[in-house]
Amino acid sequence: MVKEIERYGIPIVHMATITTISESVGANRIVPCVMIPSPVGNPNLAPEDEHKVRRELCERAVHALTVAVDKPTQFE
Amino acid sequence: MTKRVLMYLNQFFGGIGGEDMASIEPSYKEEIIGPGVGIAAAIKDNAEIVGTIIMGDNYFGEHEEEAKQFILDTINEVKPDVFCTGPAFNAGRYGFSCAGACQVAHEAGIPCVSGMYCENPGLEYCQSIAWVAETANAAAKMRKAIPAIANLVNKVCTGEEILPEVDGYFPKGVRKCIHVDRIGADRAIDMLLARLNDQPFTTELPMAEFDEVEPAPPIKDLSKATIAIVSSSGVVPAGNPDRLQSASAQQWNKYDVTGMDDLPAGDYYTVHGGYDPMYVNEMPTRAVPLDIMRELEHEGIIGHVYDTYYITTGTGTAVANAKKFGEEIGKELSELGCIDGVILTST
Repeated sequence: MVKEIERYGIPIVHMATITTISESVGANRIVPCVMIPSPVGNPNLAPEDEHKVRRELCERAVHALTVAVDKPTQFE
Repeated sequence: MTKRVLMYLNQFFGGIGGEDMASIEPSYKEEIIGPGVGIAAAIKDNAEIVGTIIMGDNYFGEHEEEAKQFILDTINEVKPDVFCTGPAFNAGRYGFSCAGACQVAHEAGIPCVSGMYCENPGLEYCQSIAWVAETANAAAKMRKAIPAIANLVNKVCTGEEILPEVDGYFPKGVRKCIHVDRIGADRAIDMLLARLNDQPFTTELPMAEFDEVEPAPPIKDLSKATIAIVSSSGVVPAGNPDRLQSASAQQWNKYDVTGMDDLPAGDYYTVHGGYDPMYVNEMPTRAVPLDIMRELEHEGIIGHVYDTYYITTGTGTAVANAKKFGEEIGKELSELGCIDGVILTST
């Protein structure tokens, strides 16, 4: 899905936990996430700490959309 | 002499449990378990299964280093002659962990055998280091997968020649020197003539298919950009009004979230059948982070969050379908003309 959407020229960032799969299918901008059943969140943290993590991940994702890349790139 | 085979299975085929046990830590049992039973029977003249490693799919994905260390320690202790994983069919996380496990065994000098469906994302990593039997996409075809894997184990044990077209595995990409009667120029001319005459011919060097997408140009001014959220996490409004499938999705859906800053638990939940839904049902924005994106919008970090999110279920979904969904969603977003970027979350 990531690739087909990007084919329309819209930059897209893949937020995923198993980044090797993400890279192998050809996502160009990748943000590694927390865990498979909770990618943008960490249920093991206190609410305010979890919020911080979630916020940081989303900021990193939108930031990734502003960066020129020429191959699959992980934003860590 | 009887060879020693070490099996590797996930929590499901290892008989521990389903998705609720997908985070389970690795264990080693001196037992023949699950698909190992059928494989053991079919290889008994040449080899025996000495034990089985069982590991949760998510554990491998989330603790790869520890997972690989456990596999290596077990290999060093058990000293197998062959390492056998799967079959993983089209289970992505399982295929990926089978590939990782095979990599450990391969590096330790142990020949590896597995079984996967052609679209399994683990295949790309596994096929060059293991003999990976081609299986169907679902475990319903276990009875066909077991003999295919057992055949490969048998041949590895006996040292018989193994060929992709005879033994039904994915070519490893190894080139061998062989003697043929006619020189390359003659064979090439034959192929060319056949091609010119529209007759069938078989290439001696299939070209790899690369399907790369040129990265789209970056967003210049994030504070004016409209960002859409797409997700394969299966999060839908309560009641699942469009009946999104919980696996092997046939469709994608979109839901209007105009004026909403959150996807409240209870009003939204996931129908995805491929991961433990507890955390996402507790807080659906752990998969579709509308709340945080709204924060970024209110603070002016991004211009807008597009008021519709797009959703499907990414488990057991055929690659062809996923491609189609991406094309359709991409077309729609592109025709809107106002979407500057997309975040796509996957579970």
